[in-house]
Amino acid sequence: MHAFANPTRFLKLAAAIQPWAAGLCILCFAIGIPMALVFSPPDYQQGDTVRIMYVHVPSAWMGLFAYGVMAAGSASYLIWRHAVANMIAKASAPIGAMFTALCLLTGMLWGEPMWGTPWVWDARLTSMLVLFFLYLGYMALGDAFDSPEQGDKAAAILALVGSVNLPIIKFSVDWWNSLHQPSIFSMAGVSVDTAMLAPLFLMVGAFQFYYVVVVFMRVRAQVLAAKVRAARLKRAT
Amino acid sequence: MAKRKTQRLYFVLLGGLAVATGIALVLTAFEDSIVFFYSPSEISHQELSPGQRVRIGGLVEAGSVSSAGDTVSFIVTDTAETLDVTYRGILPDLFREGQGIVAEGYLLASGVFQASDVLAKHDETYMPPEVAEAIKAAGEWRGDDT
Repeated sequence: MHAFANPTRFLKLAAAIQPWAAGLCILCFAIGIPMALVFSPPDYQQGDTVRIMYVHVPSAWMGLFAYGVMAAGSASYLIWRHAVANMIAKASAPIGAMFTALCLLTGMLWGEPMWGTPWVWDARLTSMLVLFFLYLGYMALGDAFDSPEQGDKAAAILALVGSVNLPIIKFSVDWWNSLHQPSIFSMAGVSVDTAMLAPLFLMVGAFQFYYVVVVFMRVRAQVLAAKVRAARLKRAT
Repeated sequence: MAKRKTQRLYFVLLGGLAVATGIALVLTAFEDSIVFFYSPSEISHQELSPGQRVRIGGLVEAGSVSSAGDTVSFIVTDTAETLDVTYRGILPDLFREGQGIVAEGYLLASGVFQASDVLAKHDETYMPPEVAEAIKAAGEWRGDDT
């Protein structure tokens, strides 16, 4: 891991992975979207409204996943001063925030016809909204200091403290009764028909590869921005 | 140098443990406010003041739905205890006998629950209509009656 604390070496690796990730992302979308929107069967109760799930569930997963990466990157920055890990954490924040917002919005679109209301303050919906605010807080706090290093440290601590929310989101539907349905994965198996599970996994894959592509792009931009800053400082002195 | 890193590692781990414990205590203490609804069995153990608004949830008992004008009454069950509910208004699409619902309102002196809002609760089962038909035909249906 520490071999990749060197930004140049990391960017080399990223450049090698990126075209593959981009190709797989396009492939998953190309098969997943028509399957999800047209070829998969409607649900026996929800009818065609079930198709919202193919965007909602992958976005929810990515919201949690990006936060997990952000917390892990922040921890390794705080403990080992791993600079690239912090860049990955910072690059994950806006992507995770976008997916969390998408999850909340698609959830509301589904809730209105199915539950009879777009929003309730049950444990799952509230903890997901808290996740969205944690992302916003992380980004705002990082930029709120005069010295970038101080901002990075404060934001990293916030990311770590906020990571207690991840198990709360996951288990909110088991610990407390909620309006939101429990997980489709349980000890008894998966409660989604195979014909619907295939497009769901393809969409998860597409979102996941999209994340990889964009994170690497954002890390490269950060490395280049740091180089520009260093060059400017050198010229000024 | 390595010593400081170990120190920071322990600091982060201890801090994480402290935060997690704190949050766990808070969540346990506020459990009553975090639950979204009470089941009919739980509501009978709650000391509710007259007119206090609460949410109740459970399954709509099969064959219990009757309507007079725009007032609907039905029985909500958690398979142990039941609760009579009356409601005036439009029911959500997924409201069916055997389907899970959450109703907000208050208990009347007669023990009947006067709902002002009724929400349908959807479970985590997703399948095509043909599969649902096939399971019903095989007599393996464990879900609701639709």
